[in-house]
Amino acid sequence: MKALPWIFLAAMGVFIYLPVGALVLFSFQGGTLPVPPFNGPSFQWYADILGDRDLMAALGHSMLVGLGSSAVATLLGFTAAYGLARHHLPGTTLMRAMLIAPLCVSYLIIGLGLLIMVQRLGLGLGLSLGTAGIGHVVINLPLCFSIIYASMGAQQLSAERAARDLGATEAKVVLLITVPMLLPAIAAAFFLSFTLSWDEFIISFLLTRFDVTLPVEIWSMLRSGLSPRLNAIGSLVFLVSVVVVLAMETLLFGKRK
Amino acid sequence: MSLSRDTLRGWGFTAPALIWTLAFFVVPFLVMAAMSLATLEGRTLVWGLHADNYRELLEKRYLWRAVVVSLQITLTVTAVSVALAYPLAWIIAFRVPKRWQRLALLLAILPFWTSYVVRSYAWLTVLSKEGVVNQVLLSLHLIAEPITLANTRFATVTGFVHFFTMLLTLTIFANLIQLPPNYRRAAMDLGASAFQTFRHVVLPLTLPGIVTGAFLTFVLCIGDYITPQILGGNTELTVPQVIMVQLGRRADFPLAAALAIVLMGLVTLAYLACARWLRLDRI
Repeated sequence: MKALPWIFLAAMGVFIYLPVGALVLFSFQGGTLPVPPFNGPSFQWYADILGDRDLMAALGHSMLVGLGSSAVATLLGFTAAYGLARHHLPGTTLMRAMLIAPLCVSYLIIGLGLLIMVQRLGLGLGLSLGTAGIGHVVINLPLCFSIIYASMGAQQLSAERAARDLGATEAKVVLLITVPMLLPAIAAAFFLSFTLSWDEFIISFLLTRFDVTLPVEIWSMLRSGLSPRLNAIGSLVFLVSVVVVLAMETLLFGKRK
Repeated sequence: MSLSRDTLRGWGFTAPALIWTLAFFVVPFLVMAAMSLATLEGRTLVWGLHADNYRELLEKRYLWRAVVVSLQITLTVTAVSVALAYPLAWIIAFRVPKRWQRLALLLAILPFWTSYVVRSYAWLTVLSKEGVVNQVLLSLHLIAEPITLANTRFATVTGFVHFFTMLLTLTIFANLIQLPPNYRRAAMDLGASAFQTFRHVVLPLTLPGIVTGAFLTFVLCIGDYITPQILGGNTELTVPQVIMVQLGRRADFPLAAALAIVLMGLVTLAYLACARWLRLDRI
């Protein structure tokens, strides 16, 4: 009976790591099929994908969309959080609800709405990486706003007041007091946005046409069936996410210890 | 005067985010809702207040079927994921020594950060005829020949459960760890068995966490296109898959929009069903 929790823990460990383990292991496969028996290690598939121009272009696009949309989402999330936490505004609850609302709607529906709007109303927007980036800001803004809003406490408030009493302008207060004090939360919001944008498929799929992001490129490669190439590029995508998540983890929790 | 200047400034800070949400979330949503009431005459789109798409939904069996399939898959996934995540979160919160807790939690949810296209693909290789699962079962002589696992509903559910178990472990763990240990000690001291303590003390107190996680699972699962598309094969279609078919092959935007509205309706129903326990502000 005593061992039961540990057996369960081990079984869950196997379940959770089975797909990722197989993905990474068979990215070093010597043959052409990413299934047992394993004969390797071979680095041919990594050499293959690093030399693939379409894939590397898609990787660049994903980086661009990820960094750009996260920067915008973090900036908008911060200013909204500052406005709502530091000023008495009528209708605060309603505004908060509206900022959080996209969180409760499927990515597919957000993407579909934007697709219909772009195609029917035009507005000078076409199907492009920029439009996909706009969609990514929509899905990430609620998270950035909530993370930063939640970390705005009385602690910064008194420092802000002190600065204001000493004659600092609002811009100076924000840039020299609020932003530095909230830096961990702001960085966390940025990194979280980046990983979500980096992994996002459906919005990018609906809103891009010629230049696509990495998940969309992987998706189109999937049509030709299982291949260790896909394992290699998948492992690479996973590696980037893990690095970002670990960076976020150390930033957020490393300091508290 | 100073108050109104303060208010103006506040709006100045809040406005950009609000305008963004309005322009790229609220407006597209309204356009989509209007689209669901438009109709196609031949290949031309006619705006107006037509109920054609919704009537089609009621009349065409394959559309109905998609709603039923989506609900069946989503409810199965939610139930199984909670059943797996709760004990896992419990063990990490109360059995794993304190100093290993953060590491255990981090490890338990690390694969959560695989891109969902990549994760579904990885499951496809694992579940394929020559894949790891079949090979292990064969070598243990549990089966005589490879069984079909990929391209079935089982594969879709497995892929989903894998992802949502990690998500739920996180939300339930956050809830369990907030529970003052004295509550459990008090119940035990007063003579409650381990099960009674769980049933009457721990479970009611962690219900909001469970329901919030389950609701999140429902929303994300019912709207996902990738997992059923990669793992489920095309034997049965979910609502998102049918939406994508309308967009692609048939370019029937009004019907796709109507299906999206139905999807929203299902999420709203789920929301109302769990509203009592939901703590969305705590996500």
